[in-house]
Amino acid sequence: MRNVWIICRKELGSYFVSPIAYILFVMFAVIFGWFFWNMLGAFNYYSNAAMMRGEMMPMNVNEQIIRQLLMNMNVVNLFFIPIITMRLFAEEKRNGTIELLATSPIRDVEVILGKWLASVLLYAGMLLVTGLNFAFLFKYGNPDLKPMVIGYLGVLLQAAAMLALGMFISTLTKNQIIAGAATFAVCLLLFVLGWAGGYESATWAQVMNYIAVTTHMESFAKGVLDTKDAVYYVSVIFLGLFLTARSLESLRWRS
Amino acid sequence: MISVSELTKRYARNTAVDHISFEVEKGQIVGFLGPNGAGKTTTMRMLTCFLPPTSGTATVAGFDVLEKPLEVKRRIGYLPEAPPLYQEMRTAEYLTFVGKLKGLSGTELRQRVDTVCDRCAIADVKSKLLGKLSKGYRQRVGLAQAIIHNPEVLILDEPTAGLDPKQINETRELIRGLAGDHTIILSTHILPEVEQTCQQVIIINKGKLVATDSVNNLQNRARGVESVLVEVGSRKGAVDAASVQERLGRVAGVSRVTFKEKRPQGNAFEVENNKGSLVRADLARAVVEAGWDLNELRPASMSLEEIFLQLTREQDETAEGSEKAKGAAQ
Repeated sequence: MRNVWIICRKELGSYFVSPIAYILFVMFAVIFGWFFWNMLGAFNYYSNAAMMRGEMMPMNVNEQIIRQLLMNMNVVNLFFIPIITMRLFAEEKRNGTIELLATSPIRDVEVILGKWLASVLLYAGMLLVTGLNFAFLFKYGNPDLKPMVIGYLGVLLQAAAMLALGMFISTLTKNQIIAGAATFAVCLLLFVLGWAGGYESATWAQVMNYIAVTTHMESFAKGVLDTKDAVYYVSVIFLGLFLTARSLESLRWRS
Repeated sequence: MISVSELTKRYARNTAVDHISFEVEKGQIVGFLGPNGAGKTTTMRMLTCFLPPTSGTATVAGFDVLEKPLEVKRRIGYLPEAPPLYQEMRTAEYLTFVGKLKGLSGTELRQRVDTVCDRCAIADVKSKLLGKLSKGYRQRVGLAQAIIHNPEVLILDEPTAGLDPKQINETRELIRGLAGDHTIILSTHILPEVEQTCQQVIIINKGKLVATDSVNNLQNRARGVESVLVEVGSRKGAVDAASVQERLGRVAGVSRVTFKEKRPQGNAFEVENNKGSLVRADLARAVVEAGWDLNELRPASMSLEEIFLQLTREQDETAEGSEKAKGAAQ
């Protein structure tokens, strides 16, 4: 456990020593803020219009702002996850520092967990900043807190799963660009797989729909904690970590 | 301290290390010698548990590298060919991180960081970024990293590669200073380095063990016969090389005289004599009595370089010979 923390601290340190972390934080906050601003604008427009017509249509902040925003995170993650994970192992391989880690009295599992934890913490930090937007909602509106927290948990789980996969891809190459591009492709594929479920009801489409990383976000965004979806994300996390461990091991037998 | 037996590493197409066996005793500095691509790095990587051997066993400090890798790793310090530095870290921060990885903490860790900084002469770059250090400093930070946890065994892969002559000397001094309480294996293809720093040499070529012995024994063994270099000239005109050769050949104890080269002042000969007989005085007398000038007379001891070339050549020849024999048999 101590070793996991040592690696995690070192990884977080290198994110913040280089400009990467700051660029990620700023870009993430700006994009999220823009989404929030637009949805708030639309919400205002429609609720005003409804009032003018004298309709008593129930306008719900949770349904119309928070849920939409969190579903948008599917797309935002697509771009941010590869940037976070691409350097995790590719850089160590290129610099030869992997040899230091591999000859130190520390287990592969500890290295892997430390690196993954660092990437998840970084992402959680980025997510935390976006909470500022919702602070305004709570000041001037009356959204429910519980569904929002569950929604955030879903976003974090989805990111943690994709980060684990991205970390695995980073072990496959010395080149950060290749690692980043391949992670982007995999994330995109996991995103669009869900489309099949939209028009087709055959078993294969249902399977595709289940594999897609985005379909499991819907319940979370609604504020419903569905065990089935949570289990999906946790399984993907374990798959990613397991593949990383295998890949690291095979590196030693091959190189 | 280190014991290697029948260690082999095979890759898909070639065999990098082929049934190597050797022993290293506690407190010794051992030079691991071989041309580029001989399998030095691969052997070292197996000793440090970075690569698993295909077959054979290696034990370091009493622990098998395959069965107890964590115990082995706790007891070794390793400097790979390229120092494993994180470009974005500062020297002290990096050494602290490595110290923690090796299990140090608290005051002990801080003390060790200061000690190795002094020892490796890197105290003045403690707060500099590793990515901005010169080659010499990077190498020394790499060395500091290897000794941070005061390991029993040090494995250094070409520790002086890329340094300037002054730094090379300092690094050798440092390595010699570490011997005694540490057992050190260092690889190199620079021969004088072995002569100067090591007590024992292990020579490998093309993955095979060529020789393992102490530096002194190796020099003696390869010599077999002793030889003397003689330069004979004359101020009264040219000397006939053949007559000098003939005269020197008649001196008692001399087994062979070979003409080596023509020099501005005279001719140089290599005189081989049977081991044990002291012929230098007789050679001098013979030259002077014949009326020639004796310009130079010195024992031509074989340098490690020549031994190395001779041994690796012998190995190549036997390999070729056995292949030819195989071909003939077919």
